[in-house]
Amino acid sequence: MPDASPERRKVVIVGSGPAGLTAALYTARAQLQPLVIEGEPSSTSDQPGGQLMLTTDVENYPGFVDGVMGPDLMGMMRAQALRFDAELRTAKVSRLDLTPWPFEVWVGDPEADQPTFRADTLIIATGARSLMLGCPNEDRLLGYGVSTCATCDGFFFRGQHIAVAGGGDSAMEEANFLTRFADKVTVIHRRDQLRASKIMQERAFANPKIEFRWNSVITDIMGDTKVAGLGLQDTVTGEASQLDVTGLFVAIGHEPNSSLLKGQLELQDNGYVRTFDGTTRTSVDGVFACGDVQDDYYRQAVTSAGSGCMAAIDAERWLEMKGE
Amino acid sequence: MSEKIETLTDATFDEHVKSSDVPVLVDFWAEWCGPCKMISPVLEEIAEEQAGKIKIGKLNIDDNLDVTRRFDVMSIPTLILFKDGEPQVRLIGAKPKGALLEEISAYL
Repeated sequence: MPDASPERRKVVIVGSGPAGLTAALYTARAQLQPLVIEGEPSSTSDQPGGQLMLTTDVENYPGFVDGVMGPDLMGMMRAQALRFDAELRTAKVSRLDLTPWPFEVWVGDPEADQPTFRADTLIIATGARSLMLGCPNEDRLLGYGVSTCATCDGFFFRGQHIAVAGGGDSAMEEANFLTRFADKVTVIHRRDQLRASKIMQERAFANPKIEFRWNSVITDIMGDTKVAGLGLQDTVTGEASQLDVTGLFVAIGHEPNSSLLKGQLELQDNGYVRTFDGTTRTSVDGVFACGDVQDDYYRQAVTSAGSGCMAAIDAERWLEMKGE
Repeated sequence: MSEKIETLTDATFDEHVKSSDVPVLVDFWAEWCGPCKMISPVLEEIAEEQAGKIKIGKLNIDDNLDVTRRFDVMSIPTLILFKDGEPQVRLIGAKPKGALLEEISAYL
């Protein structure tokens, strides 16, 4: 975009999961004409709509008596924000500069002289993404038996024996879901007990197709053109073993999408954005953070949406104080 | 769906892909796959913009297991670019339009 002077906005929201879209809904209704930079298509959770785009039934979002499909819920949130004239742009932020005010936001070429937008307030709602194991052959076999999306790929493992790595709610959800297709699902967990919530644990323990390999880490993934087995190591005895599976679903946890913010505002040691005094305020005046990028504890769709609402109200009041 | 995008089946796949005088990009997809839905409008745009240089076909994996198995598709969306009936480029997972075009640029 040669010589185009950057468009100035009262509110720019980065991210479009429950937090970003709720912030958009509230700031749109407050007549602040928010711009949402929603992300780009991908098969990871780093995509418009966020992590719920990769789930099936959401049973704990209030108001949906019989549950709702994750992508449907996000479609509705998006439509609701659009109804009040929030502007959504399918693009990724490539660079932020929070030193000057208005804040500078780049989309596309991060080396461009001019930012794409200037923002009076910035709402960071970039969420979190799945961690990968980092073991040998994981990258090479991604899409050939290694998957991060049970809802996308479970279908291909009908009648087979597959593994799920992880011990939290998402791992249990994936394991349960995958028994619709697979004959047997082995959950591989590095500890001897699960992190998952009670209800998810009970469901997994009650499922006759699910079995557990406790105190085990995956050291290698075997297979020339597709997954043929896993190398495991017992974390207590150190003993190595093999598990013959044709698929591996990775659900070992999340990390915040905060790399754009490094050196720009205060992050916690684990990379999550630090917010202050129970608000969505960050270490930079006028920049607010909501949803999973600042929450390593609750991490629910409904808490994300709630904090998105808080960020919208915090931004609105901040603009009022500033006399904008 | 754009009329520029052809719906392929186990029955029509071979003829369609082999008889085409331009490369055919085949989208292996299913109704229940979120990322597949997301790239759908991107493919429609490409079909419009690159008309004459490339054809785009969609193959529903639920209904067309033969072709899906023949090409060892194990993750969707998978896009495979065929030239003269032979697979040339294989893309796994949803990608933004720019990245997608870059991967197939040699065939445009």
